[in-house]
Amino acid sequence: MSADALNTETPAEPIDRPSMEVDIACAGFGPAMGGFLTTLTRAWSAHPEDPAFESKVAPGMPLQVLCYERADDLAAGVSGVVTRAQSIRASFPDLNPAEIPMAAEVKQERVLYLLDPIGASRRSLTLRVADAALRTAGPLLGLLDHAFELPWTPAFLHKHGGLVMSIGQFNQWVGSQVLAGGLVQIWPGTPVSAPIFSETNGKHDPAAEAVLGLRLADQGVDRSGAPADGFMAGMDVRAQLTIVGDGPVGAVGQALDARLGLPPGHARREWALGMKMVIELPEDISNPDALNKDALAKDAVIRNASGNPSPLQPGTVWHTFGYPEPEIFGFLYVHPDRLVSVGIFVPSWMGDPSRTAYRYLQHYIQHPALWRYLKDGTLRSWGAKSLEESGKRGEPFLAGNGFARIGEGSGSTNMLTGSGVDEAWATGTQLAEAVVELLRAGKPFDRKNLADTYEARRRASWVERGALEAQNARNGFHGGIVKGMIGMALAGLTGGRLSLGAHIPPAPKQIHLESSRLKIKNGTVLALADGRPLHDALLTACGWPEIPFDGRLLVSHQDALLMGGKVQAMPGFADHVVFRDIQLCISCTEMTCVAMCSGQALTQGADGMISFEREKCVHCGACLWNCALSPDGEHSNIEFSAGAGGLHSAEN
Amino acid sequence: MANAVHIVVCAGIVPDPLQTLEPITGPNGPGLKNEMVLPAVLDPWAASALYEAASLAAKNPGSKVWLVSLGPKAKLQQVMMTVAQKVHFDLVPIDGPIGGFPDAHSTAAALAGAINAIPGLDKAKLLLFGGWESATRGAGVTLQLTGELLSITDQFQGVDQIDLRDDGSFEVLERVEGGKHQVSVCAGTPAVLGWATGNLAEPRNNPQVGMVNMRTIMPALQKAKPATLAANGLRYVSVGLPKQQRTTRVVKDLTPDQIAAELVEWIGAE
Repeated sequence: MSADALNTETPAEPIDRPSMEVDIACAGFGPAMGGFLTTLTRAWSAHPEDPAFESKVAPGMPLQVLCYERADDLAAGVSGVVTRAQSIRASFPDLNPAEIPMAAEVKQERVLYLLDPIGASRRSLTLRVADAALRTAGPLLGLLDHAFELPWTPAFLHKHGGLVMSIGQFNQWVGSQVLAGGLVQIWPGTPVSAPIFSETNGKHDPAAEAVLGLRLADQGVDRSGAPADGFMAGMDVRAQLTIVGDGPVGAVGQALDARLGLPPGHARREWALGMKMVIELPEDISNPDALNKDALAKDAVIRNASGNPSPLQPGTVWHTFGYPEPEIFGFLYVHPDRLVSVGIFVPSWMGDPSRTAYRYLQHYIQHPALWRYLKDGTLRSWGAKSLEESGKRGEPFLAGNGFARIGEGSGSTNMLTGSGVDEAWATGTQLAEAVVELLRAGKPFDRKNLADTYEARRRASWVERGALEAQNARNGFHGGIVKGMIGMALAGLTGGRLSLGAHIPPAPKQIHLESSRLKIKNGTVLALADGRPLHDALLTACGWPEIPFDGRLLVSHQDALLMGGKVQAMPGFADHVVFRDIQLCISCTEMTCVAMCSGQALTQGADGMISFEREKCVHCGACLWNCALSPDGEHSNIEFSAGAGGLHSAEN
Repeated sequence: MANAVHIVVCAGIVPDPLQTLEPITGPNGPGLKNEMVLPAVLDPWAASALYEAASLAAKNPGSKVWLVSLGPKAKLQQVMMTVAQKVHFDLVPIDGPIGGFPDAHSTAAALAGAINAIPGLDKAKLLLFGGWESATRGAGVTLQLTGELLSITDQFQGVDQIDLRDDGSFEVLERVEGGKHQVSVCAGTPAVLGWATGNLAEPRNNPQVGMVNMRTIMPALQKAKPATLAANGLRYVSVGLPKQQRTTRVVKDLTPDQIAAELVEWIGAE
């Protein structure tokens, strides 16, 4: 299948589609768009009389800037993060973290290697030997709770001076400031289905292509998108400049990639699913390791019953690796008010098709090194998100005629430092500076001008330097975890000058067919027999112990969907997950999409058919890259498009 | 234009009910844990009133809808970015405190003051709409008190329907026990209508409606007058969440007979 075949633009249709003209149309509201809109708003409010900021479509008025966000609220559908926050602090030099709920300055960072305390993880012989050696030398090395703390944290992992945040709260904070500025309108609950391309008479020349604005999703349609009761055609929002910041699985970014392709040598093949819980720590001080009520005070140092500072102060950051599987990295971030974010990343290079996330996360939080603190905690929120981990190698065309791309979907995430928010914000501010420069110069937003201004700023910035250092840092992981760690250290310690080479196959090819068919079969039988989700059944079939549900923190997947946020799906929108070739799905025995589905929205029926329930989808996008049977060898058999709804959690 | 009415909808904002809501008692009295952290929505009961108001105005040319809302300006602004896409209205914001437990008399006084100050409002044509109940603020008297302060004596609660007649009178359906409605006929405006759920579905987000509304909403927000609500000696003894009556289950593919059997079993157990 060619890129053209995957083009999501629909042919001319007889629908009478409303249309309006604005100056700048934006897709997606996240850190990158926050940086863009903050910088643009400030430039305007500093010189509102500057004719450069006069609207072309509404003369006499300021620029008409509209931003459309898919999620039902600016705070919904995002994640927690630790970030160096250098670009955010540059935008807010007097930033007081206390102004942003759940934000705290990074005060302590640890890197822990987690041994497997129950013997269920799939460890290679090399790793088992290393684990045995660690256990033997444990007392000397300070092994505690089946965890070994690295005596030294490499500088490239440091987030000193940075922030632990909830991106939901940060988005809310930024959004309210941007809206108060009066220049920008941000509309949540409004998915954008696609960019509007100029007519090209059948020719596909990326240099000549132009984006004319955004098409909003149709409403009042059936599951297939056909008009139904109360049909309301999605509006065409035409603009001189379209800003694309809809993330790694956004519909607009995908459509651009399908239409324009990626620059030579670039491909989006590396992914990870980040899944995390926000947990309220227990107050019980009778437990020597639990937390003192003094900790209730914001930013207070948390102390244990003996009066010694607990390791879990607000601003504490743990990075972990080794458990629940060697390929799965984990984290624990401590927010103020006894809240912690705890999560894992399941990467695409974990080739086992029985990979999954929620059940692994449940085992992860029960690791003795974490459970010591989390036991008796309460699940406040939960969520998941796909991360585009190709970084520089997955960078699309950053700008073209009438459009520019920012944030994670523009390949800005640094996979060596594990940092994305800071870079995303920076790309937004760089674009805003470029836009202001072009407005003042009276130049059009064409490919050359955007390249000369936005792209040039980005290339000259620390974002680009970091991206270049990181671009080969993770190559080794395609040869195993040990090789991967060596490669990462090599790249990190030499500033990217040295790294391991690798052939990185497309995401579907990273799933090792045949390797786990027996486990999958057993898991499927178990899932169908007792109605449990496939991911849960798979890990039971793989020998992992059952989860001892406690109704507060250890809860079923379905309960997690209903706790701390709840999944919503407004009626009247089409299914945003569609199987391109259903026969291919029927022939699939891996069903990695089902196992990896964060919301259990994809399920397999007894007849082998996979079905999608929009009401349970959290829009993580994992199905997009967890498809073992690609129609063309590169792309997924699943189409993931714009949809409304998702998790309503504001604490993620 | 014989039936043109001026509809003022009083609608508070509340934390999104889908969030984890945890009552606490702080230095300023009862409240919800991290209320400023939680995304806000228009109180669902009052939102029904707004949609009914817009529908009524659309059916009666020359009518106009105002939305009067008291809350922190930043939160109001955030909520308006969703609500403003649904129906046409003019916003009358009052920059007040967040929290679900202000004194109803003080709140009503602030609302009545704002309504009295609406330019062009003809109080002889006034229909004062609001929620019969509230998602988190269950005092249930604010709308009535506001009506009294505006000297409106015809008041209806639990309204599900209003039909304006050609002679200016209107028929109102109020909910009563047993799933029935009490039908009343009122000679004409002004009147207070506290809405139940009404009969309308939530309108779809319409970007064009949003754009039109924003032309007046943003300037109104920037000029929102602050209001301080006096406690008037009010003291809350305790605050709690409503007790969950039934555990929700999601069960698919049940036959109608199975559903009926379960309902019968449930009713029998009550």
